[in-house]
Order: sequence, then structure tokens, then C-alpha cells
Amino acid sequence: MGSISVRAVSKRFETGDVDVTALEAVDLQVRDQEFVTLVGASGCGKSTLLNLVAGFETPSSGEVLVDGAPVRGPGPDRGVVFQQTALFPWLTVEENIAFGLSLRANRGKGEVKPIVERLLERTGLAAFRTRRPAELSGGMRQRAAIASVLAIDPSTLLMDEPFGALDALTRSIMQDFLLELWEARRKTVVLVTHDIDEAIYLADRTIIMTAHPGRICEAIEVDLPRPRRYEMRSSAAFIRLRDHVTQIVRAEALKGTAPLGAPASPALVPSMTQSAQN
Amino acid sequence: MSSKLAASALASRPMPVAGHGRSRRLPEVLQYVVLPLAVLLLWQVASEIGFVRRNILPPPSEVVLVWYDLITGSTDAAARYSGTWLGHAWASTWRVFVGFAWGASLGIIAGLLIGLSRVVERMLDPTLQVLRNIPVTAWVPLSLVFFGIGNAPAIFLIGLGAFFPAAINATHGVRQINITLYKAARMMGANERELLRRVILPGALPSILTGVRLSMGIAWVLVVVAEILAVRRGLGYLLNDAYLFYRNDIVIAAMLSIGLLGFASDRLVVLLRSALLTWNEKETFGGEH
Repeated sequence: MGSISVRAVSKRFETGDVDVTALEAVDLQVRDQEFVTLVGASGCGKSTLLNLVAGFETPSSGEVLVDGAPVRGPGPDRGVVFQQTALFPWLTVEENIAFGLSLRANRGKGEVKPIVERLLERTGLAAFRTRRPAELSGGMRQRAAIASVLAIDPSTLLMDEPFGALDALTRSIMQDFLLELWEARRKTVVLVTHDIDEAIYLADRTIIMTAHPGRICEAIEVDLPRPRRYEMRSSAAFIRLRDHVTQIVRAEALKGTAPLGAPASPALVPSMTQSAQN
Repeated sequence: MSSKLAASALASRPMPVAGHGRSRRLPEVLQYVVLPLAVLLLWQVASEIGFVRRNILPPPSEVVLVWYDLITGSTDAAARYSGTWLGHAWASTWRVFVGFAWGASLGIIAGLLIGLSRVVERMLDPTLQVLRNIPVTAWVPLSLVFFGIGNAPAIFLIGLGAFFPAAINATHGVRQINITLYKAARMMGANERELLRRVILPGALPSILTGVRLSMGIAWVLVVVAEILAVRRGLGYLLNDAYLFYRNDIVIAAMLSIGLLGFASDRLVVLLRSALLTWNEKETFGGEH
């Protein structure tokens, strides 16, 4: 439960006269319980791809299947963790974690109290259960947000730069925290990030995306042993992977920032001529 | 841990900048009363030394005596108005609350609908925006024609005035809800009813209550306007009638009565607000209001 299949998906956004092609002919298979990270420069469509799987967007062409069924809108089988933590400011930590389970759609997923209790324990938030989100640090807030999504026990976890707003130290602690949760109870994870170290450290497979239009450039199997440990980041294998990914991502990012006086990136041109033909 | 720091910072509610060295300055109670006392004193002195004529601006001491009789009817200082205060005050308060109740609740409903639905927005919003810019006092002639003399036009005018701030703030309340919260709730499987009850209403509540507070303020303005024109009871009527009989002491007592009752109503709304919103205050500088 939790396999994702993206087939020949394109996504165009109409902004005034110009169509922006966010994604073009993207194919991606994610196995059940696989940890996949999407990495790329900004504008490569990695968040758009995640939103398509989440059901917040619909593809302009192609199809997105989850467990063989086409995605029709968001649903509790695909838990989304947002960069901007989605906690209700008027609810306490434990009420936030219980929120999903109290919805009609999730009746019968188990007794609310023990689940909340277990998640508070596992996220180290038990002592902060009656705090409101505004009273928590950034890292604690994101742990609470992850707990609130895990409470509804989705088969797939979709994470959109979940640690992007955190400082470097907290971020690396949160990465280990996420891996620990995942090792304890494996789910399919698709995590979007622009942090290359994070993309490699977490993943079974890292997908590198390129911009204008958004395409999958390369998929890299990360064959580092599990469970991952922080020290692995200085291993030769990790560094080799990182250099490889950095090279591609950097080259792409530089293409987007043409030197002064030079014509706009040629990569922009196809999507504009395409819209002219439409 | 940073969270502990945050907690202790919250425990000692941040004081406005001016109150920083309060131990070396005026004690807190004095800070509250220094201005009113100064004004009363100045007013009393101005009257005693004959700077202003007593029948134009009677001194606070006289106002207090007249006010006392106005309420109790025991000294006859207020002559024909003696002991009528409670009746007037009740009439005004009743009108304010009835007018406020229908105006603010319709306003909240309309505002929520406009915020929730683009269709309703297109249908209602332009009309409301135009109507909103007609001062409610400009409705006085028509409301008298439609409703005649009595409570009806007063309650209509007060409700009309209370409607707009409630509506505008309810719309704003819906619009400013973080879209991520809405997406998160939908992702977790919330249906329309759950979205409304558990995300939109609580999310819009702070703004709705701000609107309610403004509506209450406007209601007290309009009750005076309405009572001067349309009825024979109420603090507005008392104020106007006493003015016609050159009883400025009673005019002032009526003005202060309106001020105090308005203040009490406002406190009531603020009380309601702090009972309903325990979460919103933590992020503001003042910590209340």
C-alpha cells in the first residue's frame, strides 16, 4: 500500500498571456515503502510534482496513480507535511495531533487517546502537550506537524521542504528524527528539498529535476547502508554522490541565471513558442 | 532549551515600552486615574473662579449631585427628570442590544458567506460596498418614513450601523486564514462541514470578534442619534430634552452615562473575546484587546 505511479505527466499554469510549463512529460515510479527525495534548483517543478501526487493540483496531461487508482483530490491515504507548519494555532499540541483522527473520514482508525499518547511520546512532545504552536520552537512545531500527519496513519508521506525553515543544526536533528520514525514504521516517502545533503542522506533514491520546463533529469540509487548515521556524511561514497548531484543541480541553476546582457535562457523559449501555437 | 525561554517570556507578559521603569515612576493605580482627576480638577476650578458660566458648563460637583438625583430621585436636584435615569438607561441599553444583535449577527453571516463563496461575493459585495459608504445618519429620514416614530426606526438604524463592521471583519477573517491549514484539513479528509466548523470559524473568530467590538461601539453612537429623533425615552432623548430646557448639568450627566454604559458594553465584548480566544493573545505586543 503506497506505491506511486506518475505517467507522462505535464502541468502548465496559465499566467496571463504566457503559459508556464511547470512539468513536462514526467515519469516516476515509487515503490511501496521507498524513500524518494526530489531535488533541484527552484522552479524545477518538484513542489508541483508533489502537489499532483497530493491531489492539490491536477495534471494538464498524463495521469497520477496511487496504488493503481488515479488521484482525485487530497486524501488521508497521502499525508502531507508542509514547509509552513500546518498546525492549528487555536489547538494545543495534543489537540492538533488528534485533529485528523477526530474527522469523520478517519473513524475506525483506532482509539484516539492511545495513538496521540504514543505520538507525543515518540516525538518527545509529551511535556509540551498543552502548549499552543506559537509557544513552540521551530523544530518542535515541525515534529508536532509530522505527528499530526502520522496520527491518521497514511500509507504515503509527502513532504514539501519540511525542514527548509529550520536552522542547520535543528534540520540535521530533524532528519535523524524522521529516519528513526521511518525505520520504526516504514511508509512510502516522497520528500522535496533543495538541500542536496539532505536529499542523499535520507533517500533510497534521489531524483534530480531540472527547470524550464520541469523534467526529471536523473535518478540516483543511494546505496548507503541503513540505518543511516550522521557520520556517513563524511564517507567517500556519500561525498561522491553529493558531488555528482551538486554538479548537475549547479549547472542547471547557472543556466537559469544568464550573465548580464546575454539573451534569456534558451530553455525558456520552447514553452513560450508552445503557448503561441496553442 | 529555547522553548523554555519562550515560555518564561510569555509568563511575564511584555509591558508597553512606557511602563518599563514603573517602579521609579507613578504607581500603577495613579497612572490610570491621573488624567481623569486632572480634567475634573481643572473643570471644577474653571467653574469656581468664574472662567466659564455655571449654567453653560456646570462644575463636576453639581453634575454629580444632579446625577445622583437623576438615578435615585431623592433630592429633586434634577427637578422633572428626578429618578428617571434607570428608565432611560434601560431603554437605551435595550435598543442597543436588540439592534446590535440583529445587525451584527446578520453581518457576520453575510461576511462569512462573502468570504467563503466567490459567487456570493460577486452578488453581495458591490451593493454592500456602496451602502456602506452611506452614513447611517443619512438613513434617518427614510427610516422614520418607513417605521414611524418609536423603537422600530431606532433598532433599524442601530442594526444597520452594526451590520457593516461585523460583515467586513467576518469576510476579512475568512480571507486571512492560512491556506496551508485549509489544505492540511482537506488532506486529512475533512468534509465541508468539518472545514467550516473546525477550520474556518475558529480561524476567522479573532477578526469576527474585532468586528463585533466595532459594531458595539457604533451601536452606542446610533442609539443617541435615533433617540434624539424618534422616541421619548432613552439617554439620547434625555440629553436632547434637557438641552432644550437649558439643563446642561443633566446633559453632561446623560453624556457621561452613555460613555459609561458604552464602556461597560465594550468590556463585555472584550470579556467574551478573552473567554473565546485564549490562543490569539500570545502573539500580540499588548497581550490583550
